Amino acid sequence: MAGTGNAHLRDGDAVLRVEDLVVEFPLGRKGTVSAVAGISFDVLRGETLGIVGESGCGKSTTGRAIMQIETPRSGSVVFEGTDLTTLSFGDLREARTKIQMIFQDPISSLNPRRKVRDSVMEPLDIWERGTEAERDAVVDAVLENVGIDPDRAAESRPHQFSGGQCQRISIARALVLDPTLIICDEPVSALDVSVQAQVLNLLEDLKAEYGLTLLFIAHDLAVVKNISDRVAVMYLGKLCEVASSDDLYGRPAHPYTNVLLESIPVPDPEIVVVGTSITGEPPSPVNPPSGCRFHPRCPAADEICTTTEPIMRPIGDGHFVACHHPLVTPVSVS
Amino acid sequence: MNVPIQTEGRVSDGTLLEVTDLKTHFRTERGLVRAVDGVTFSLERGKSLGVVGESGSGKTVLSRTIMGLLPSTAVLDGSVKFAGQETLGMSPKQMRHLWGREMSMVFQNPMVSLNPLMKVGKQIMEPLDIHLGMDKRNARETALTLLRDVRIPEPEKRLDQFPHELSGGMRQRVMIAIALACGPTLLFADEPTTALDVTVQAQILELIGEQRRDRNMSVILVTHDLGVVAGHTDEIAVMYGGRLVEKAPTKQLFANMKMPYTMSLMRSIPKIEDPSHTRLLTIPGRPPDLVNPPKGCGFAPRCAYARTKCLEERPPLVPTVESDDHVYACWYPVGSPEFEERDVEILSRVGVAGAAS
Repeated sequence: MAGTGNAHLRDGDAVLRVEDLVVEFPLGRKGTVSAVAGISFDVLRGETLGIVGESGCGKSTTGRAIMQIETPRSGSVVFEGTDLTTLSFGDLREARTKIQMIFQDPISSLNPRRKVRDSVMEPLDIWERGTEAERDAVVDAVLENVGIDPDRAAESRPHQFSGGQCQRISIARALVLDPTLIICDEPVSALDVSVQAQVLNLLEDLKAEYGLTLLFIAHDLAVVKNISDRVAVMYLGKLCEVASSDDLYGRPAHPYTNVLLESIPVPDPEIVVVGTSITGEPPSPVNPPSGCRFHPRCPAADEICTTTEPIMRPIGDGHFVACHHPLVTPVSVS
Repeated sequence: MNVPIQTEGRVSDGTLLEVTDLKTHFRTERGLVRAVDGVTFSLERGKSLGVVGESGSGKTVLSRTIMGLLPSTAVLDGSVKFAGQETLGMSPKQMRHLWGREMSMVFQNPMVSLNPLMKVGKQIMEPLDIHLGMDKRNARETALTLLRDVRIPEPEKRLDQFPHELSGGMRQRVMIAIALACGPTLLFADEPTTALDVTVQAQILELIGEQRRDRNMSVILVTHDLGVVAGHTDEIAVMYGGRLVEKAPTKQLFANMKMPYTMSLMRSIPKIEDPSHTRLLTIPGRPPDLVNPPKGCGFAPRCAYARTKCLEERPPLVPTVESDDHVYACWYPVGSPEFEERDVEILSRVGVAGAAS
């Protein structure tokens, strides 16, 4: 169904397995916004999955639906063997301690009136983890690890830190409960390039140190490639393509992935910009196009694309594409 | 051809904007914030200049100073000559004669820059009425032409729509249409694509370039993204801590970066052609405090190549051996023996080979 299919799901130690996830928002009499329209993916233990796409493609909604901040219309979100969509509120709260989120705007995601060390401490207080001395030790250690001076954190409020430092503090807050999975929703897009590099390196280091699994949601393809093992490309609520990051960028198979890669401004004036082969912007998810949702903007679209939704199929080396006319030929399914 | 930034009174006919030793300081409780601290450059008609820097480098204040859009706490010094006329210190009433007709600006966030309660058509017609005294019917016709110029689909329908009915990219096109309405000779684009998606960003940058060529307009493109300026400007000025630290024709700059800051910025960008999990070279620390700027080079405290001299003495802006058009402010620039010695050490430490390319 739904232009995605599940061919790309793997056997193995999946920390997270999302199947046929659908999230819709009601618009009253005007119908519904089909934000996420039946997507599936899995994230293996210790892996970083990047989800990339333009604004409105449903990538943030996907992250929020995993946390059950948005209630999925249908589909399952299996985390460590438990389907989060079936849990009671109490059980869900418990499960959520193992999944943490980092958001785009680091300054507004911290309480401006509290000392930042208290914000980092709060999850431990709520769950009454250990003694007070143990909590202090955990918070200080985590703050040190993200490169924030614990003494300064105890005295200062968010506005006294730079954007990059606030993002480090948000990361510390996500780490104190010792989570398994961290969902990073555009964690570096509000930062300067120099600071962005610091935060990306920090995430890589912490991932190794704390044995984390990451779901990294962003619109910047180069950033996503740098941090991810595997990348999923989303367009208007659907998955277009899934592959290892080197493979996806090396031989994009979906015309949309190709357009995205073409559109990146290259910091080299010797490279002649040939002009983009795409016009316009993604259509509204209120009345999504029939068939393949990308067909109105696709340079390769023909009759079948307007009527039939493409199903995810393998093109070799763990590379999957949902397209009738992929740029790389699919392997015959044996 | 480019005009050297040292101003010795030799201004070619094509010079539209000449900024000399411009200082924009703000009085605050903490003291005087030196947001722009002695910037000199000139821009020819029809050319585009990219102003690149991190947040707090003074790039936005620089463009707002030239536009005359500053709060009353600003303390100004130096000179801004627009088409030969001194504009620094002009009253808003005097500046109004320049706004729209001579210079205009496209802002970063199209949602907050458009009036949410006014139809798009009226917002484009407003400057035509105020600055050009155009009557309503002509203004509507012109607005329609402008919407076609910026390639908005179904322009007739858009005239009577409100901003919230348009997508982000379309709103930015409307902003550009408003900025172009009175045929300015100088267009400021302050991070015009930061709020937009990458496929839309490419279209908007192409649109600005095309309008520049068609109208023989000068463009100052302010951005933090070296990728954006690389393909869309003739010249680039790199700002750090309120000062110009390097300026060159775009191709020369990328081929032969002199400032370790410019190079470090380049290296900290994740490259699409690098394999995943490539360790990024970072710039440690934070931009300098503009109230108490460092004594020597502003970048020295964060610079991996800095030596004692850098902390003590501020380097002047000097031309390179190869070209007078390429200036930089550094005691030990990229390529100098002192720089290379450190660079080998740094690259081997992080295990990045040939990251300079």
